[in-house]
Amino acid sequence: MAKIIPQATILEKYFVTSTLPTQWCPGCGAGGIGHAVLQAIERMQLDPKKVVLVSGIGCNGHFTRHLRLDDLHVLHGRAPAVATGLKMARPDLEIIVIQGDGDAASIGGNHLIHAARRNIGITTIVSNNYIYGRTGGQYSPTTPKKSISTSSPFGLEDPPFELCNLMVGAGATFVARGTSYHIIQLIDLVERAIKHPGFAFLEVIAPCPTSYGRKNPETGITGPQMLQWQKENSVSIKKAAHMSEESLRGKIVTGILLDRIEPEYSAAYAKVRQRAQKGGLA
Amino acid sequence: MTEISIQRKWCKSCGICVEFCPKKVFTVGELNEPIISTPDACTGCRLCELRCPEFAVIITEVEERSHE
Ligand code: SF4
Ligand code: SF4
Ligand code: SF4
Repeated sequence: MAKIIPQATILEKYFVTSTLPTQWCPGCGAGGIGHAVLQAIERMQLDPKKVVLVSGIGCNGHFTRHLRLDDLHVLHGRAPAVATGLKMARPDLEIIVIQGDGDAASIGGNHLIHAARRNIGITTIVSNNYIYGRTGGQYSPTTPKKSISTSSPFGLEDPPFELCNLMVGAGATFVARGTSYHIIQLIDLVERAIKHPGFAFLEVIAPCPTSYGRKNPETGITGPQMLQWQKENSVSIKKAAHMSEESLRGKIVTGILLDRIEPEYSAAYAKVRQRAQKGGLA
Repeated sequence: MTEISIQRKWCKSCGICVEFCPKKVFTVGELNEPIISTPDACTGCRLCELRCPEFAVIITEVEERSHE
């Protein structure tokens, strides 16, 4: 097991501690993703000046405001588009996008699929807590069927997106899933995603006790209960390979689901630029 | 040996550290706040640090525990 960096070190190096406490509700999953991102950055010894976080609108996007790292807090859903632009201008940067499911899959769904299609070398981490937390608990495109939310008080009939499958279909070259409970694995997944040269997508199943848990007690009401539910309902990709579709229903399959190498977009486009600069049409 | 501290101004008493410490070091206080009850049982695994959503738990490796 790789070393866990002491929290005191992380706080001193990365946080503006005067901005704490966070705005999050007790037991929220946003903080766990924050831990995983910072642990991975520190473990990889990335130059903090070469790391840019691009955060979406929503509870999860608020993590970056507590940090000393550069960040762009951009229009709702547009984080992958802004990150794409930044990577094209500054391919030397490590760009990490942090979004929630509403931001990434609904309002910014279009930006997400096209960033994946281009295989632009950014890391996109989507906290999937099954709900629009910040706007008051409306269902999102990943809310499970039958869920109760403020916009589906009698139960939801929309089938949810399976985000990782969507990303595979859209052309992402690295696709992984983790949970807040499996925090050690999550750090490894973030590290692998950052190291991946093309578009890396990481879905994190995360608790939103306030807007989802309270209304849908079967997956836990409080933070600890929701983490316990994740613990009991997760299956590693290795184990899942030997399980039937039936027995996998309702399970969270964790680990690296796809990892392949294709030309990275900003590098490929640099060659187009070179050709154009030589003049004439090739 | 370890020393455990909780930043009380950041902690929101969510109970995650209490629930998932493998050594059951924490108990719940009157206001639902985590109480460091059996610090000597701590193995320094740092899972509480990593799972605390508020970055409020700090584990420090020490040579020998200072006597309070
Ligand atoms: S509403 Fe949900 S996602 Fe937002 S801070 Fe509260 S628990 Fe976290
Ligand atoms: S996990 Fe953190 S916020 Fe939750 S009770 Fe423990 S110290 Fe407080
Ligand atoms: S470091 Fe591990 S053993 Fe010690 S209090 Fe935290 S979770 Fe418990």
